Amino acid sequence: MADHQISIREPQIHGNKNLNDVTNEVCNIMDRKPTWLWWLGISLALSALTLGIVSVSYQIATGIGTWGLNKTVGWAFDITNFVFWVGIGHAGTLISAILFLFRQKWRTSINRSAEAMTIFAVICAGLFPIIHMGRPWLAYWMFPYPNFRGPLWINFRSPLAWDVFAIGTYLIISATFWYFGMIPDLATVRDRAKNKIKKFFFGALSLGWNGSYRVWHRYETVYALLAGLATPLVVSVHTVVSFDFATSSIPGWHTTTFPPYFVAGAVFSGFAMVLTLMIIARKTLKLEDYITLNHIENMTKVIIVTGGIVTASYATEFFIAWYSGNGFEQFVFLNRALGPFAWAYWIMVGCNLITPQFFWFRSIRRNVTIVFILSIFVNIGMWFERFVIIVTSLHRDFLPSAWSMYSPTWVEIGTLIGSFGLFFTLFLLFIRTMPMISMGEVKAVLHYRGKEKE
Amino acid sequence: MEKLLIAEFQNEYDLVDSVKAVRAAEVEVVDAYTPYAVHGLDKAMDLKSSRLTRICFTFGFIGLLVGVFGQYWVSAVNWPINIGGRPWNSLPAFMPVAFEVIILFAGLGTVFSFFAWRRLKYGKPGLQPSLRVTNDRFYLVMKQGQQRKSSAPVSEIVMAHHGKMVEN
Repeated sequence: MADHQISIREPQIHGNKNLNDVTNEVCNIMDRKPTWLWWLGISLALSALTLGIVSVSYQIATGIGTWGLNKTVGWAFDITNFVFWVGIGHAGTLISAILFLFRQKWRTSINRSAEAMTIFAVICAGLFPIIHMGRPWLAYWMFPYPNFRGPLWINFRSPLAWDVFAIGTYLIISATFWYFGMIPDLATVRDRAKNKIKKFFFGALSLGWNGSYRVWHRYETVYALLAGLATPLVVSVHTVVSFDFATSSIPGWHTTTFPPYFVAGAVFSGFAMVLTLMIIARKTLKLEDYITLNHIENMTKVIIVTGGIVTASYATEFFIAWYSGNGFEQFVFLNRALGPFAWAYWIMVGCNLITPQFFWFRSIRRNVTIVFILSIFVNIGMWFERFVIIVTSLHRDFLPSAWSMYSPTWVEIGTLIGSFGLFFTLFLLFIRTMPMISMGEVKAVLHYRGKEKE
Repeated sequence: MEKLLIAEFQNEYDLVDSVKAVRAAEVEVVDAYTPYAVHGLDKAMDLKSSRLTRICFTFGFIGLLVGVFGQYWVSAVNWPINIGGRPWNSLPAFMPVAFEVIILFAGLGTVFSFFAWRRLKYGKPGLQPSLRVTNDRFYLVMKQGQQRKSSAPVSEIVMAHHGKMVEN
């Protein structure tokens, strides 16, 4: 019988746990007092967030002139950060939806926190275009609604309007998927809660979940449907983000390879961020049995693949620039590699092409410290990729008399640091308040058949 | 009302085997309560596949209509604006937004249909055989009807599968 097959694979979760162990160990993260490391983390994150709030407030009060933008370079730091954060978000949906559809069982112990990461990253991303508007209090003008200005509708032919819908839908569906996946676990927390506040809070959020199998059966259907919807969604979101550039006629942006290039790059950077966060979490929260070396190894393999696609894209861009015979296109790419921003280009190439190559070696894939360091290099490289694409394509345009340089001001750097502060503040609060490992899914992959002694 | 019988198990395999055994003895299985979605229990309980897939498609289709005709109406009927000489009905350019609207409608529609159908709502108390359902115990709720004469009583079938009856 299928139920009684002997598994020849290594178990997903180590430590020979029973079902109650999983509940206790995951919920204990929320129950016990925060460690000094958590306090250190949250103070650093809140300090960064404060810097961000100060920078953004100053910018909104004074105007976009506080940035280093000029007539030639009209998009730089802000949009770089936007694309960077959207990209980070993509790995969460990939883990929760695409790996679910491919029946990759190892996703169970990381999917909850990866989805949380997605939502927080998309929140960070969404802030940048709003800040860039200069008059963020009119941000609701982005939405089509009957109004007394005509009614003046938004221009649905504009990729920037597509962005609003793509990012908005992505945020709503990711949050729904995350919350929906969490309902059974919220019920677990509700049923073991000792204090009244917790009982009330989780009782309200768990929607009366009682573990009835008839509900479970339907629940699984909805979960699979959401995964099926989130999969094309995540591909569409970065495709639409790449359209912001690809539908323009700027040399260096006007490329048909942008959608797959951006999606692969997003997954590449997102997995690096998941690795960074998960390695910190498994170490500080002692989750080595749940997030095992196999999990880390699997994620590094995804990085090899997506890093390969990114490398191929860089090569394709140069080839097509040469092959097109278009002088402007050729100039932009030579300028990227050899011009005044060559340092940024070679940081990008170094981090994104060379870093993944280390992961061909099993000994490196299973060395947590080295993987952690390499994952940070990928993050840096992918930030620079967006910077290179945006700034080097703009700063030397068709008219040499209009050429200029760009360097960020303290306001822009403060806003970037602030976005990291917001991201880590939200993530650290999430770890303390919600079950960060999907207990319901981890229990299902335990294949637990033990019988306790009465 | 007939009395409900409740049996408790310690792992999923005993529960599934027991469901098969009691159903073979023509005892009606009302429901099972489990800490996670047990693989293969739907077949053992003979649950029909969900209609939610069709609901999902319907909502997606409504999303498509709203997305395409909404943009058409806004851009070509209600207040047409000449933007770079593009046609009023720029259908290819409307596709990205229409796609996002499909996903949005289908996703939210399916989830809220599920909530409505299964009566899951904000702040409802959870009613279950035991608080351990959401932790580490599996419960089987049966209805004692016209059991086949030749077979053993329910409690013996349950015992044979390492379960125990729970006082109701």
